[in-house]
Amino acid sequence: MLSPLHKQLLNEFQQDFPLSPTPYLDIANTLGVSEDEVLAAFSVLSEQDFISRIGPVIQPNHIGISTLVAMAIPQQQLSKIAHIISEFPEVNHNYEREHHFNLWFVLIASDPAHLAAVIQQIEIQTDFKTMQLPLLQDYFINLGFQLDLEPKAESQECSLLVNA
Amino acid sequence: MIEAIDLQLVAAVQEGLPIASRPYALIAEQLNLDEDEVISRLSKLKQQGLIKRLGVIVKHRRLGYQSNAMVVFNIPDALVNQMGLQVSQFQFINLCYQRPRHGEQWPYNLFCMIHGKSREKVLQQLGYLIESCALENYAHDILFSRRCFKQRGAIYFPAQISANK
Repeated sequence: MLSPLHKQLLNEFQQDFPLSPTPYLDIANTLGVSEDEVLAAFSVLSEQDFISRIGPVIQPNHIGISTLVAMAIPQQQLSKIAHIISEFPEVNHNYEREHHFNLWFVLIASDPAHLAAVIQQIEIQTDFKTMQLPLLQDYFINLGFQLDLEPKAESQECSLLVNA
Repeated sequence: MIEAIDLQLVAAVQEGLPIASRPYALIAEQLNLDEDEVISRLSKLKQQGLIKRLGVIVKHRRLGYQSNAMVVFNIPDALVNQMGLQVSQFQFINLCYQRPRHGEQWPYNLFCMIHGKSREKVLQQLGYLIESCALENYAHDILFSRRCFKQRGAIYFPAQISANK
């Protein structure tokens, strides 16, 4: 189960992980615990798959080029097609969604020609068309996702961010 | 232009910082840089906005946010920027992008993501969003995620991507 320390680590360090020689010690000092406790807690979060990593989120399309892609695949072929697509190293997220367009994935390539080549390969290998939905404008100001980690508390699900 | 060293640095940290007392020193060692330079370059990239944020990347599903919905709207072009900024302000919205329409088969141009603990909660939040932003008159659709076939952090290192093809 998640301890209070785990919850603080999950919620309070999504945005500004310390850029100092000893970031885990800095976090420990902020929270009034030891560095070893912080290292151990992060190791548990990572091993038990509560976090994917501690790292950077890169602004889209500043390194390489990316696009969201949707495909409409008959249900009985969906697993097979999805696995073909997941095999491409350029594919990041790959999800089934409830819609006529039922397969959604993000492609990242080094340049537009590379991206076009991957899309062509996907269409050839799957024998289905793709619909490309590249980002035109990003509106989201990322303030980190405040997780409600209390099973009981139904906290302010509809509240606006004040103070943004 | 992004310097070659910065690209190498992004490549070295994109799959995660080591969970160890001196993580930047370990990254520095890999790249033959010193710790100070790693820290100052990452600080610069963050300040410039290339790094949108640096920190803990949580797994929503694992943490009880089982319901993930992509919500899409068809907003007139003249209003889409304003609406995008407004929608982004809601705490339960995780991402908000403008993307191109594709004729009748896909008439939607504003995309946002809601992570919720249940389908009911997500639908309730969507209802609140529509009411608060007066979105009732615009066509929308909601696409709940079902199976996840692949999920990993974006791998941005072009050499690594190209090498595989």
